[in-house]
Amino acid sequence: MSAEKEPLFSSKNLKLLTEPLNDSNPITVQVLGVCSALAVTVKLKPAFVMALSVMVVMAVSNVVISLLRKTVPPRIRIIVQLVVIAAMVILVDQVLKAFVFDISKQLSVFVGLIITNCIIMGRLEAFALSNKPWQSFLDGIGNAAGYGVILLIVAFFRELLGSGTIWGYKVIPESVYDFGYENNGLMILPPMALIVVGAIIWIQRAKNKKLVESN
Amino acid sequence: MKFLRKSIDKIKPHFEKGGKLEKLHSTFEAFESFMFVPDTVTTKGTHIRDANDMKRTMAIVVLAVVPTVIFGMWNVGYQHFMATGQEGTIFELFWLGFLKVFPIIVVSYVVGLGIEFAFAQYRGHEVNEGFLVSGILIPLILPVDTPLWMVAVATAFAVVIGKEVFGGTGMNILNPALTARAFLFFAYPSYMSGNAVWTHGMMNGEGIIDSYTGATPLAEAAAGKIENLPSVVEMFFGTIPGSIGETSTLAILIGAAILLFTGMASARIMISTFIGGLVMGLLLNVFAVNPFMEIPAWHHLLLGGFAFGAVFMATDPVSAAQTPKGKIIYGFLIGLFAILIRVINPAYPEGVMLAILLMNVFAPLIDHYVIEGNIKKRLKRAKVKAL
Repeated sequence: MSAEKEPLFSSKNLKLLTEPLNDSNPITVQVLGVCSALAVTVKLKPAFVMALSVMVVMAVSNVVISLLRKTVPPRIRIIVQLVVIAAMVILVDQVLKAFVFDISKQLSVFVGLIITNCIIMGRLEAFALSNKPWQSFLDGIGNAAGYGVILLIVAFFRELLGSGTIWGYKVIPESVYDFGYENNGLMILPPMALIVVGAIIWIQRAKNKKLVESN
Repeated sequence: MKFLRKSIDKIKPHFEKGGKLEKLHSTFEAFESFMFVPDTVTTKGTHIRDANDMKRTMAIVVLAVVPTVIFGMWNVGYQHFMATGQEGTIFELFWLGFLKVFPIIVVSYVVGLGIEFAFAQYRGHEVNEGFLVSGILIPLILPVDTPLWMVAVATAFAVVIGKEVFGGTGMNILNPALTARAFLFFAYPSYMSGNAVWTHGMMNGEGIIDSYTGATPLAEAAAGKIENLPSVVEMFFGTIPGSIGETSTLAILIGAAILLFTGMASARIMISTFIGGLVMGLLLNVFAVNPFMEIPAWHHLLLGGFAFGAVFMATDPVSAAQTPKGKIIYGFLIGLFAILIRVINPAYPEGVMLAILLMNVFAPLIDHYVIEGNIKKRLKRAKVKAL
């Protein structure tokens, strides 16, 4: 145990929050959790709820696993992680069903599938098992935010171009439709989500030269 | 000619390193080499130089497409006049088609080349000529009433996502023209399928006579109305509704002859695609359970976009298989899948587009196994000799 106390928001800790937003973004750099990014990003609202749910699950299970890290035998650590995540997901699912039933219906099975989201498992394995609770909490929030940001960007473009709405409100005026504009049906289909994610990766790497591997 | 050369030489220094317009170097270079054959010679190593550089290759392919363009323009007019119950001279028919088709061609070229130039400029590359062919193929595989902005969006999508992200001409996995069509097909299905889209003016129903349905032969066949199929002669000459350039098998065959005579397209791919389609047609005949499956196998080769796809799309040297044996497998599977999708899958009346795109993706894999097989064969031979 180190004698001197580290401030809660030291630069090292802040980095845990900000790094996943860009340099080690779970979706665009580590390419994890892509399946849910394809599935729930047709509309902005479900994407936002999904991002929030993942954030709660990730932060809490990171803290729990971090607290247990010295008592869990390495051999059964995966199953312990799964139990923690599953318990959190069930809680989140119940809350969604109770308070935002419509969106919960839209998200359907994908809330349950948060359990299999590779990002959560990956952070538990890679970070929470070897770090203190506070850092793990920040790491969980940061990674979930990195995931959520991409989700929201993808959902924004898919909803705008695919349905002509944002957050359920019509933003493309009727006169544009009269002029011959049509909503893009491909945007609603999953392949386009993959292409949008690809385009985000492209732009990110063009801006952030650190990510371009030399070969 | 001399005047042109002189004026080009005069402005050349501006575009060279250190010049005012250095940034536009690749644009200048593209236009210069478009007019004059470059005078640079290779100085190092042994090179075999062919008179066919990429510009000439593309020019010949464009030339081969011209019959289908001309026929397509005439057919647009013909279908429209028939739909409205009017009579017209051959020139009137052609002129109407020209007015409808030409804007699509212009939009496709302007958008596509604009993006190509921008990327070449940004990357400091030379402008590649690859789009010259895609730019004419895109209009030919669209229904005549496709709104121009959709053509622009689809072309932009095809060039950026289908080509530039992979590194530009010569690096693309998918055929850009078909990428554009697939994009439109899934993004705006109401403009790309159904009975009304194939004839000009039918979507807003101006003066269409009752007896004209506008359904393509494939749509009729898919609906089981085999008796409505046009005669073989009509299908061969192409006086049937369809996408702009794909209806006339005759015009396509003229193009095929030009491509094969000049050696621009692979005869292996072309012929094996037709054979693949024929084999699938015969197979379906054997197991026929509905009238569409019973139509003579060779009719399939005349119907829809099959011939166009086999001649102009499947043979695209970039996205096709490269090895001789691979080309045969690649073409054969395209034919097979095209007819299979067309007849069995009710959601897609025409399967050529999806079949070619699918095999584009598999082409590198086919090549890989052909090469591996060859290596194995030769290793075996070497071992036998060594014993």
